[in-house]
Amino acid sequence: MTRDEIKDVILEIIQDIDEDGEVENLNADEPLRDQLDLDSMDFLDIVMELRKRYQLQIPEGDYPELASLASCVNYLEPRLKDV
Amino acid sequence: MPYKSIAKAAAKYDVVVIGSGLGGLTTANRLANAGHRVLLVEHHHRLGGLATWFKRKGHIFDISLHGFPHGMIKTCRKYWNRAIMDSIVQLNNIVFDNPQFTIRTTFDKEDFTSILTNRFKVDRASVDDFFNTVAGMNFYDDRTMTTRELFEQFFPGRGDVHRLLMEPISYANGSNFNDPAITYGIVFSNFMNKGVFTFSGGTDKLIEMMVEELEKNGVTICTNSRAERIVIDRGRVRGVEIDGRFIEAACVVSNAGILNTIDDLAGRASFSAEFLEKIKPVQVNNSSCQVYMGIREGERLDDVGDLLFTSTAPAYDVDEMLDMETRSRTFSLYYPKTRPGHDRYTVVASMNARYDDWAALPEERYREEKEKMIERSLVDLERYIPDIRQKCDWLEAATPRTFQRYTLHTKGTSFGTKFEGLEVSRTLFNDVKGLFHVGSVGIIMSGWLGAINYGVIVANDADAYLRS
Repeated sequence: MTRDEIKDVILEIIQDIDEDGEVENLNADEPLRDQLDLDSMDFLDIVMELRKRYQLQIPEGDYPELASLASCVNYLEPRLKDV
Repeated sequence: MPYKSIAKAAAKYDVVVIGSGLGGLTTANRLANAGHRVLLVEHHHRLGGLATWFKRKGHIFDISLHGFPHGMIKTCRKYWNRAIMDSIVQLNNIVFDNPQFTIRTTFDKEDFTSILTNRFKVDRASVDDFFNTVAGMNFYDDRTMTTRELFEQFFPGRGDVHRLLMEPISYANGSNFNDPAITYGIVFSNFMNKGVFTFSGGTDKLIEMMVEELEKNGVTICTNSRAERIVIDRGRVRGVEIDGRFIEAACVVSNAGILNTIDDLAGRASFSAEFLEKIKPVQVNNSSCQVYMGIREGERLDDVGDLLFTSTAPAYDVDEMLDMETRSRTFSLYYPKTRPGHDRYTVVASMNARYDDWAALPEERYREEKEKMIERSLVDLERYIPDIRQKCDWLEAATPRTFQRYTLHTKGTSFGTKFEGLEVSRTLFNDVKGLFHVGSVGIIMSGWLGAINYGVIVANDADAYLRS
């Protein structure tokens, strides 16, 4: 997957979790938590959804990598390159 | 429709969930949603665990509906469905009445700030500081500070303020001044977010809607099916023996009590010496007593509040609240709005209690003590509903023995374990591959919201294992 495709997937998953959140104009480098109404349960949902879609295992220690949109894409790019 | 025995279950599943409390139900639903084949077994004829109800003479009594935090709305939308979410409504009338103060509140941060500053004359800065501190607490933070120390830090010497802050949480999860401040902060902040909510339609409706969703997602459900043993071979789960049948599964999620899971279902021999050391400090929480009062058909009650935290004890006192003759009880009032269309009123008095006090009583004494407890509850309720005795046509009591019988929990605990149980619950699968636990542990994973959210956390662990 390309960086743009990964970004679209993440935004789609987040939109399902936070229906009222405005995901179009997110600042990619700022923490998602500061821009949307997300809590730690929501990040767990992202992890579980990525595992379901791409068999991707994200260990608990790596959860901080999902903090912002940019860090998400950086983290996922090498892991989803063959998808 | 759920099967009423294990007979019709298949020979093999991806995962067996033992127990159908809100944690077990939620884990089963999440795993089914993730594409796994799930079998859910429950020893009782009814699903829901302590999220349950019973019927007598046209009355429907809710055991643990009392009230939950606003977070349930988002949780039910994400992990169940929109119809369940849409049935959640606010309870606006929370009443405190004791020798130190009488208050009516919406039980949210705004109202509590106003009460603490105007009524209790605490300076605004301390109140704001307190709310900011508890809101910032995480379960992995330092837990050496007790709740007593937290209260003393912000409201030194103010026994009345401590009571206002502690008493409702003691009823909600059995915790007290001696438990870690973080467990208090997390649970209290959940409630203070936006107040107290309930499920319109009652517990029976909620469980019915959950069963519908589980079946839609392909979960096989068997009631009257008691898991006897989790079969473990060379450190791995192989399946479960249920009423004499062996069901093969590489993954088992136990929604039995954590100690029941280790002692009765898996057996201590399945665990390392190091892990067994970790179990030693795990304490089960206290149990409960309840008195159920059914109001005769056609009679009505004035609105005296939805939840009444009442006590005639002079101050908050941990031992007093656990005593068989405690003068502290919560009245949950269920008006017809609880079950629209079912035009009835019920009142449930809840008290905290110690299993050992009740377990040892000979039968006759046990019956007498139940009668006395019913009488004390009526006397207390007469202060708010003077003609309650004339309006009541059903009275019944439950004790820690009742809770033990229906849940099979060690010492009939109604709130799982104290804080140490969380770590043990979270690390079972380090010792036995494929074995997970979900249920009330660690105080914070207790109550309806805690149980459901913990069900999601454990489903994620189990899913990671199943896909590894």
